[in-house]
Amino acid sequence: MRVQVRYFAALREALGPAEAVELAEGSTLGALRDALLARGGRHAEVLARGRAVRCALDQAMSDESATLRDGAEVAFFPPVTGG
Amino acid sequence: MHRVSIQTADFDLSAEVAALRAGDGGVGAIASFVGTVRDRNDGSAVGGMELEHYPGMTERAIEAMIDEAGRRFDIRAARVVHRIGPLRPGDQIVLVAVASAHRGQAFQACEFLMDYLKTQAPFWKKETTPEGARWVDARVADDAALARWGISAGNA
Repeated sequence: MRVQVRYFAALREALGPAEAVELAEGSTLGALRDALLARGGRHAEVLARGRAVRCALDQAMSDESATLRDGAEVAFFPPVTGG
Repeated sequence: MHRVSIQTADFDLSAEVAALRAGDGGVGAIASFVGTVRDRNDGSAVGGMELEHYPGMTERAIEAMIDEAGRRFDIRAARVVHRIGPLRPGDQIVLVAVASAHRGQAFQACEFLMDYLKTQAPFWKKETTPEGARWVDARVADDAALARWGISAGNA
C-alpha cells in the first residue's frame, strides 16, 4: 500500500514538504517511522527516537500504534507552538 | 458565521465581538483573549516571526475544541481567529472570544480554548533574532495548563 507523508516546520525544512511511501499492508504508524529511519541520512537524524516528534493520521493527532490503510495521510512535526 | 478563521490578515476585536453576539439577546457576557507578538523571547530580541500551520488539520482541530468547549460549558457562541505568515512585534496573533449568559462560563470557556489551542492546534512559530532564525520550543507549562482541565497534552 502507499501512504502520503507530510512534514511541517523544522522537519519540512530537513525533508521537504511531502513524499509517498510504499509499505506492507497493515503497517502501523510506528512501522512507517522505522522505515523512514532506516533510510539513514537526514531522515534518521530528524525522526530519531527520543527526538520530540509528534504525528497525525488523516489530519488528527495520533500515536505510533495506529494502523495505516492505503491512501492514508500521515504527518510528522515538532511539538506545536501556536497561540 | 464561521467559528474558525486561519488568515494572514489582521483582525478587529470590536468587529469580531459585535458579530459574535449579533442577534442573540440571551448573551450577557463576552470574554475574549488576544495574543500578541512579544519583542523578546528566551533572552533574545525578536525582530519578527513566521507562523506555519497544517491546512485542513488546523481548522478541524480548533472546530473540535470549540465543540468540546460547548459540551463542558454553558456558552452560546465562540470564535477563534489565528494569523499565519510573517508577523512583527506588537502584531496580534490570536483571538479567542466566547459569548455566554453569565461571566463565569465565558471566562472559563475562553481560557479552556486557549489552553487547548496552545498544545493541540498544529501551528509552529519561527522567530528572527540577532543570532539568527530559530523554531520556538514548546513549553511544559502549556501542557500543565491543559492538564488542569483533565486533558493530557503530551506536546512539549
